[in-house]
Amino acid sequence: MSEAVNAAVNEPIRVAVMEQLPKANVTARSPLAHSTRVVPGTIQETAGVYLWEEALRTHLAIRGNAGSADFSRGVEAATGLALPDRLQCSQSGDWSLSWIAPDEWLLIGPGKEAYAMELSLRAQLDGHYAVINLSGGQTLLRLAGPKARLVLMKSCPYDMHDRNFPVGKVVTTVLAKSQATVHRIGDEEWALVVRRSFADYVWRWLMDAGKEYDLGPRRPE
Amino acid sequence: MFYLFCPYCGEHREEEEFHPRGQAHLSRPEDPDGCTDEEWGDFIYFRTNPRGLHHEIWVHAVGCRKFFNVTRDTQSYEILETYRMGSAPRITDLNDKQQSREVQA
Repeated sequence: MSEAVNAAVNEPIRVAVMEQLPKANVTARSPLAHSTRVVPGTIQETAGVYLWEEALRTHLAIRGNAGSADFSRGVEAATGLALPDRLQCSQSGDWSLSWIAPDEWLLIGPGKEAYAMELSLRAQLDGHYAVINLSGGQTLLRLAGPKARLVLMKSCPYDMHDRNFPVGKVVTTVLAKSQATVHRIGDEEWALVVRRSFADYVWRWLMDAGKEYDLGPRRPE
Repeated sequence: MFYLFCPYCGEHREEEEFHPRGQAHLSRPEDPDGCTDEEWGDFIYFRTNPRGLHHEIWVHAVGCRKFFNVTRDTQSYEILETYRMGSAPRITDLNDKQQSREVQA
């Protein structure tokens, strides 16, 4: 039996890669499409914390051996981003590459480019690796404002203090009774990646947790 | 609450992020067909339940999702060390004070 397994391992990798966006003119609905509609006239100009969804972005999980020079070169050639160190994130323009585990990274970018990016990663990578399109499986929430950290402190057991959570750090931890990948983008800017099936729960939790800090929708530009 | 050091994330995290997965360092018999029923039954079903030093597997379920080992004193609940899969524990005897001094250093 082990011979058959070894033969299978040595076979060239064949993966069915497909464009997951429908060709027909179908309206895309994000996991929070039902809850993020803003009623005109309710936008607060001075909120302590802002919460909004960055809907329908590209989410790709990349797995491979961080110790392999070929792998890190391939990822960099395809994405333009270096593999980040432990609990860090590389960013350039609209794309960000976050450390999730010693052999796993999360690439987030513009919504319509998942297929092109996946093809370009597969063209650059070779050997034992995986690229998985998670765009439909999770969504990106943004939390900003002077009181954003207080909302997270209420929701996570993780230490959100500046000395433990500097700008640029990425941590996957417990948020409410669910989980989230928390990325500190700036002093008062946070991004949360949550599972689509928990998105509504986390959204409602944050709306409630933010109430005492005058939570408002997207920060006025 | 335990405050566990994940050797893969390189940080202490709350127990909420982890799940225990039982006794560590079990090895599957090399020749299952050659085992007696008793040997195979021991491997499948029977685990130690010591009072004192215990090596356990834990998984960082809500973090990096990696498995690792923990050496724990089941009497005092003290976490003595955590170490990666595939490596050997440094503390194997609770009474050997030298060992825990080495780990702390």
